[in-house]
Amino acid sequence: MTHLGRRQLLGQLAAGALCAVTVAAVPRSATAQLAPSNDPKTKRRGPVAILGGKLLLGSDEPIADSVILLDEGKIRYLGTDTAKAKGARIISARGQLVTAGLVDLLTRIGTTEVSLEKTTRDDSHDTTDPVRAAFRSADGYNPASSLIAITRMQGVTSVGVVPIAGLVSGQSAWADLAGKLPDDALARRSLALHVNLHDAMHGAFGKSRGTAWLRLRELLDDAQAYRKSRAAYERRQVRELGASRLDLEVVLRALEGRLPVVFHVDRASDIVGVLALAKANGLSAVLASAAEGWKVADQIAKAKVPAIVYPLDHGPRSFAALGAREDNAALLHRAGVTVALSTGESHNARKLRQEVGNAIRAGLPRRTALDAVTKVPAQIVGMDKHYGTPKVGRVANLVVWSGDPFELSTQATHVLIRGREIPLRSRQTALLERYR
Amino acid sequence: MRCLGRHAAVVLALLGTGCPPAAPRLAGQDGPSNAKPEAPPEATILDAPWRTAAGQAAETEGPGSQAPGHGPTVLLRGGRLLIGDGTEIARGHVLMKGGRITSVGSGDGPHPAGAAIIDVRGKTITPGLIDPHSHLGVYPMPSVSAHWDGNERSNPVTPGVRASDAFWPQDPGIQRAVAGGVTTIQSLPGSTNLFGGHGATLKLRQATSAQAMRLVGAPTGLKMACGENPKRIYGERKQQPMTRMGNLAVQRKAFMKARRLIQEWDRWREVEAQRVKRHAETLAEIQTKRAHRQRKRQACAEGVHDDQQCTEWERVWHDEPLTDPDAPLAKLPPERDPDLETLAGVLEGMVLPHVHCYRADDMTNMIALADEAGFQIRTFEHALEAYKIRDLLAKRDIAVITWADWWGFKMEAYDGIPENLALVTSAGGRAVLHSDSHEGIRRLNQEAAKGMHAGRQAGLDISEAKAITWITLNPAWALGVDHRVGSLTVGKDADVVVWDGNPFSVYSRAGRVFIDGLERHNLQQPGKPWSDFEAAP
Repeated sequence: MTHLGRRQLLGQLAAGALCAVTVAAVPRSATAQLAPSNDPKTKRRGPVAILGGKLLLGSDEPIADSVILLDEGKIRYLGTDTAKAKGARIISARGQLVTAGLVDLLTRIGTTEVSLEKTTRDDSHDTTDPVRAAFRSADGYNPASSLIAITRMQGVTSVGVVPIAGLVSGQSAWADLAGKLPDDALARRSLALHVNLHDAMHGAFGKSRGTAWLRLRELLDDAQAYRKSRAAYERRQVRELGASRLDLEVVLRALEGRLPVVFHVDRASDIVGVLALAKANGLSAVLASAAEGWKVADQIAKAKVPAIVYPLDHGPRSFAALGAREDNAALLHRAGVTVALSTGESHNARKLRQEVGNAIRAGLPRRTALDAVTKVPAQIVGMDKHYGTPKVGRVANLVVWSGDPFELSTQATHVLIRGREIPLRSRQTALLERYR
Repeated sequence: MRCLGRHAAVVLALLGTGCPPAAPRLAGQDGPSNAKPEAPPEATILDAPWRTAAGQAAETEGPGSQAPGHGPTVLLRGGRLLIGDGTEIARGHVLMKGGRITSVGSGDGPHPAGAAIIDVRGKTITPGLIDPHSHLGVYPMPSVSAHWDGNERSNPVTPGVRASDAFWPQDPGIQRAVAGGVTTIQSLPGSTNLFGGHGATLKLRQATSAQAMRLVGAPTGLKMACGENPKRIYGERKQQPMTRMGNLAVQRKAFMKARRLIQEWDRWREVEAQRVKRHAETLAEIQTKRAHRQRKRQACAEGVHDDQQCTEWERVWHDEPLTDPDAPLAKLPPERDPDLETLAGVLEGMVLPHVHCYRADDMTNMIALADEAGFQIRTFEHALEAYKIRDLLAKRDIAVITWADWWGFKMEAYDGIPENLALVTSAGGRAVLHSDSHEGIRRLNQEAAKGMHAGRQAGLDISEAKAITWITLNPAWALGVDHRVGSLTVGKDADVVVWDGNPFSVYSRAGRVFIDGLERHNLQQPGKPWSDFEAAP
């Protein structure tokens, strides 16, 4: 068996020596300055205008014959007034479709290069400790990874870079798929905290769900205790806590509602447990995978908890996901749940648009589906000020498509990230050129 | 029926070597004169393990099997036909009768009495899709350790194990694959071992055993592997193979042993033939003597010889009666061994080797080994770097079985590119798509579409009619069953898919799926789950 994809993201179990946590304290407001990319390949300064395309805005009305002006990495104008394009470099999109760049929140792009080569992997805290809240994917992000160019050529311009393994695997980052240095790419280094409540946890540190919930309750309780007695903690006058200081600091941010918590969970009963836990502790919760979410869709909708769904989940792949079905996203949407779509993959994250196409085939309305990979992912992790449906002032991540973005015959003909057009070249196109 | 190799023939001979026991004889009386020499060891018996893996022989059904031949008469009329052989018919018909395709062509076709007519205007008809590399049944859903039956991790050399012995027919993935238009699969052992074992070529249907799903008459396929997997798994145990050198050395040694087994059979057959020949000569000699005595006895009776002479002869004949001797005991034939006999089957061209291999250099080295050992590689599986040696693979007539765009999950997969299928096709090679996945098998049509468009974007001329061969006739050839399935051709099994749109669109689905002429899937009338595992709602 060769496939190391989604399951690995969800269930990779790290083992190894216990390492001291040495990372610096997490900045409270971690949104990096959204400067234009420094990548010399994309260094074309000055304003750019995309003219004549039909701009799709998801649930908002599309704009035909659109004029989109970009400068300094931001969208400066959206409309139909061609005069706004004066002086800008023109990209003609006549007869084509334009959308926001697609977003896949659950990848390990930039922290994994070759799945089976440990030295190319920076996607998990190599410890048997189930709690790794202070671990940040951002620290290992490699903007030179070959996955980046390969993925963005398919119109994916931003990804969540997710840590794996453990009960609390750490903090994901938001990366725009361009830039020479991490600062050029990472729009937020502490995007969300990730908690794994699926089958794989059994092998990781415990033998049962009870163990997982126990540790989770203990962690939240310890974080509260820590908050109440920080000074005493520094004087070592506090009872022993079940996590390190840095871990507890991160959990506190989650408890204060300042850091979304993504729960990777499949079984309906576990989902309901997450909803209750989130409510009791004031967590800003997001469900990920949620294979049996459709069974408890009404409860999820009522709790106003969004879900990130894998459109190709198709059947009883595990005992926690016996109810997995391909129309999960459509059913959740129909029940009123806010749905984002993800591949849950890294090397295959470029297939995002194919997966969206499959979600549409399974009943998700088209406009909702576009929202599910543009507007919603930005919204549910609090990045909607800068990302999402194209809007003046937002980051200029845009894609010009030869046709329906989710159809297999379609190509991304222009990809713009932070306002710069990205050459459609990758390690793979170089190999093609060498051997064609 | 394909002709048998010498090796197979020899196996049978051992069953026919004994002579019937001679009837009791009175002293002084010649034995019966009608003794016949035993047959030389050229008998034709079908007893080799590579025959029994997929069925004793083409005509023989296994327990629980459901033979085709009883399907209703159904006429599909007015649709676009993608034939599967690289051609298409803009508007035509397909007639199915008795489980076979009985008419294909443009226009509405014949209209036999009693035929159910299905109007398929605006739809596309293709042959049933074929996935030549699946792990359905041997790595079934849900993934539980009790059902991980695809890698016999006890020894890197296990060519004699068989996927059909492990296949779980209750895998919920089977019905989902049919809903994706797949009608035939080869379920393969994994790639942990250098020789992983026999694949099972199966028609997808609701069944209680792999036996009942067999594509009767399919040749046996042998899963082999090169590259990272075997050396990693066994290397971690500090045993051979630990390197690519070890991989090839162990494979070379195994084929040398198999060659030796063939030689032992040849030698045994030769010795046995000599023994039989010598015995026959002895019998003939006695027969000649017997006839000679008879002639003399007759002459004595007619008074040709004097009585004293005749009495003397009778005395001698009485003292030395002519009796047929028992045949000398046959030497025991070489020891039976499912592993080595499978490899012997490869060397004899009867077992089709399917070699898991990613890198161009790994494939080239495997071809060199095949040349050295004396066999023909049928397919390279995964073959992500096939594009680098596409002319060689086309020249050697080795099929390239790959994904549309997987890459990067390990070093030997780092150079995969989405144009692989199209480049191999354009070089005149046999390109084939596989799923290797429960999820991918449900949408092979989408994967073909991606491969086709990647090729077109690289300037290669890949038509839809051509791209559909990747999931129909080409995999049928890879499995050696292209005489039965893989194209809309009169006489072939009625495995037919009616797509509700263009099969190369992400939005299309298999609307109706016929297998052996019986409708097994209908999008508008979803039936109950096939799997007992899903019996409860």
